[in-house]
Amino acid sequence: MDFNFTEEQDMVRDGLTRMVRENYDWDTRRGVVASEAGWRPEVWAQLAELGILGMPFSEDDGGFGGGAVDSMVVMEEFGKGLVVEPFVPTVVCAGGFLKHAGTAAQKEEHIGAIVDGSRVFAFAYAEPRGRYDYANLETTAKKSGGDYVLNGHKSVVIGAPWASHLIVTARTSGERTDKQGISVFVVDKSADGVVTRDYPTVDGRHASEVYFENVSVPAEALIGEEGNALPLIERVTDEAIAAQCAEACGAMKVAHTMTVEYSRQRKQFGVPIGKFQVLQHRMVDMYTEYEQSVSLTYLATLRLDADERTRKLAVSAAKVRLGQAAHHIGQEAIQIHGGMGMTDELAIGAYFKRLTIFDSEFGNVDHHMKRHIALS
Amino acid sequence: MNLEFTPEEVAFREEVRNFIEANYPKHLGDTGLREDLAREDFVAWHKVLGEKGWSVPAWPEQYGGTGWTPTQRYIWSEENARVNALMPLPFGVSMVGPVIYTFGNEEQKAQHLPGIRSGETWWCQGYSEPGAGSDLASLKTTAVRDGDHYVINGQKTWTTLAQYADWGFFLCRTDPDAAKPQEGISFILLDMNTPGVEVRPIKLIDGGYEVNETWLTDVRVPVENLVGEENKGWTYAKFLLAHERSGIAGVARSKRGVEKLREIAGSEMLDGEPLMSDLDFARKVSQLEIDLAALEITELRTLAGEQAGKGPGPESSILKIKGTEIQQRLTELTLEAVGSYGTPLYGNIANVPGDAGSNQYPIGPDYAQHAASTYFNMRKTSIYGGSNEIQRNIITKMILGL
Ligand SMILES: Cc1cc2nc3c(=O)[nH]c(=O)nc-3n(C[C@H](O)[C@H](O)[C@H](O)COP(=O)(O)OP(=O)(O)OC[C@H]3O[C@@H](n4cnc5c(N)ncnc54)[C@H](O)[C@@H]3O)c2cc1C
Ligand SMILES: Cc1cc2nc3c(=O)[nH]c(=O)nc-3n(C[C@H](O)[C@H](O)[C@H](O)COP(=O)(O)OP(=O)(O)OC[C@H]3O[C@@H](n4cnc5c(N)ncnc54)[C@H](O)[C@@H]3O)c2cc1C
Repeated sequence: MDFNFTEEQDMVRDGLTRMVRENYDWDTRRGVVASEAGWRPEVWAQLAELGILGMPFSEDDGGFGGGAVDSMVVMEEFGKGLVVEPFVPTVVCAGGFLKHAGTAAQKEEHIGAIVDGSRVFAFAYAEPRGRYDYANLETTAKKSGGDYVLNGHKSVVIGAPWASHLIVTARTSGERTDKQGISVFVVDKSADGVVTRDYPTVDGRHASEVYFENVSVPAEALIGEEGNALPLIERVTDEAIAAQCAEACGAMKVAHTMTVEYSRQRKQFGVPIGKFQVLQHRMVDMYTEYEQSVSLTYLATLRLDADERTRKLAVSAAKVRLGQAAHHIGQEAIQIHGGMGMTDELAIGAYFKRLTIFDSEFGNVDHHMKRHIALS
Repeated sequence: MNLEFTPEEVAFREEVRNFIEANYPKHLGDTGLREDLAREDFVAWHKVLGEKGWSVPAWPEQYGGTGWTPTQRYIWSEENARVNALMPLPFGVSMVGPVIYTFGNEEQKAQHLPGIRSGETWWCQGYSEPGAGSDLASLKTTAVRDGDHYVINGQKTWTTLAQYADWGFFLCRTDPDAAKPQEGISFILLDMNTPGVEVRPIKLIDGGYEVNETWLTDVRVPVENLVGEENKGWTYAKFLLAHERSGIAGVARSKRGVEKLREIAGSEMLDGEPLMSDLDFARKVSQLEIDLAALEITELRTLAGEQAGKGPGPESSILKIKGTEIQQRLTELTLEAVGSYGTPLYGNIANVPGDAGSNQYPIGPDYAQHAASTYFNMRKTSIYGGSNEIQRNIITKMILGL
């Protein structure tokens, strides 16, 4: 057993801590989030330069030979700074599909461009009536000659306004909820018939509703096997969940630290409010939940390459526990900050909002509890 | 014991329902879903009620109250909640009004009560300060006597909707040398248009501007605006807080909220079935309804006590704690119900890339649009009106005797 990080991982963490501190002080983040662009391509370029965007890819694919633990290290730091740049959609999701199932030509075309920061992806999988079920798909991809023609509507596609390319799940055969007949495509966002409606999200990111209106893509756009993509989608989204759990850990850590700090400084009734035992015990509970969350994030991350059942059990366990902890820690942080916690000006509110939305991404507590039960 | 309404009460419900049906301003719609409300919107229904004589139901009849029993008042609030009516703001009707008719002099009653009844005058509450939140008695804003004026200096904060207010009721320190912090505080009415009053908006985490910082610099207020006795303001403030708390339970509105939640969860689909038929989700909704039923009966018991002549006592802290917990749980479950369409930011999204010029457009179903911001906003309810920790401290001391 070894819960230590390698020297390289520690170095990456240190570099990122510095980078986040320099680029993501609270006022700067607020400005960026409120700006029209909503992110900073220059920060993305800096991440590429630091090698962060290439970390989880093998050296053969043009990366630096890291893995899920490296993504965990990165995401935890991102969570601490509430970084909005689309590491999960681009590196973890798109990168994951390409890594696990891409052809040599697809890897050649896309991975290098991810690593050097020139290509940004969004992952268009959710649909208005699908509710966390990757197989509940109304988007279709019909074969037409050598091409596929895509039609459908994807909802709340995180990072899509910034993306040049989309990874899209679509039904190539079967009925709406069949587990077979699902395929994955890579689509240039500027292709004819891709229509997007962009908007900011409550947790400071940007997303789009994405409509496909007879979008024609060549056969080479198919990633992996036609009609048999569900296991692949589940694997990649499990990797995304593990990464976002690490992000949530980072955010919880900061929310907790800020709360303890605040309770030391804020005086009422002549004493720092942190002297009230009722608040002390609640901050202890927050801390305990944070530590449990870290443990399950490790478990999920270290089980990503295990057999399917082991992986899913670990990932769902993490998502359930962290979904609960994220709500709990966010709510308590606001409560202990009192009126100040309700203001847009203080960072704590932004942590609370990010932690709130975390639960609904890639399946909420109930969804993963069900998956856990089904596998147990 | 009997929980049924009397035939008279049933008839009263009918009358009230018909009146609301006929008179509630249709353009306000279902205000539970709206956050873009302006002063005129709040005042619209208040005006209609004022004309009918129903705007201050709980007041004594001599001041324009209805003489309704607490049960009738309860029916009244339930019927308003049924249509999610935008109710008159509490600052005038439930807070300063009762203080004025209980402790104010005849001139003050004549000057202020009519405007509160009609909705013409908008009030705000100037209690909290940056350094005086839960520990309200440590407030520092001073009012110094200068001839027939008080000169007020200090900073208030969290003043809800002060940007619209004509008048405010402020707690100020008139005797800095008093033996205890609770002493030496006075309750002063302040015309918000007096020179030296500056209101600065504070943006909250839901994106809205409902609270303000209120800066008071050499504000001259005629001594006639002192309510009751100088240095006795704490007594009036406590009287008012007990009133504030009983209204805060919000049972009728939460009941309506649960109905809405059931509707939403009936439209949202999970595995091809309505979310509402999912056992995990249904269990949470039922838990909420069970807690709400307990709160409702607890409130009715409190009301019955009032009917028998007992004022709201420390038990009202139970109503505050459970009422706000239920409201928060309800909004949290609603956000959960709407799934990923809780994520888009609605409202002022002029800066949307690629869509310059257009201000707002709907994303996802209507009912999803305010789910997140309402949830964020409702975190305030366990903080304000005496935080839930403070309510528990009150119960500890006053009921448990610890
Ligand atoms: C089944 C059992 C086996 C035991 N075996 C042993 C044994 O083998 N050897 C031995 O020496 N002892 C043993 N104990 C004793 C045990 O260690 C004591 O019960 C324990 O230390 C609590 O003390 P107490 O019972 O006097 O409770 P108290 O100290 O009176 O506490 C009562 C309550 O007040 C709370 N409380 C006390 N102080 C604080 C504080 N500062 N802040 C917040 N809350 C507080 C406690 O948490 C508890 O809820 C045993 C007890 C039990 C029940
Ligand atoms: C949206 C909103 C609207 C408001 N509207 C108004 C208004 O119109 N007029 C007005 O005057 N005020 C208003 N307030 C202020 C409100 O009453 C205060 O926020 C409240 O009293 C808490 O004070 P605080 O924010 O300073 O928190 P603090 O007092 O600093 O409390 C911080 C935390 O410490 C806890 N705490 C403090 N003391 C104790 C203790 N002894 N034991 C245990 N825990 C404790 C609190 O419960 C809280 O969790 C509003 C507040 C909000 C958020």
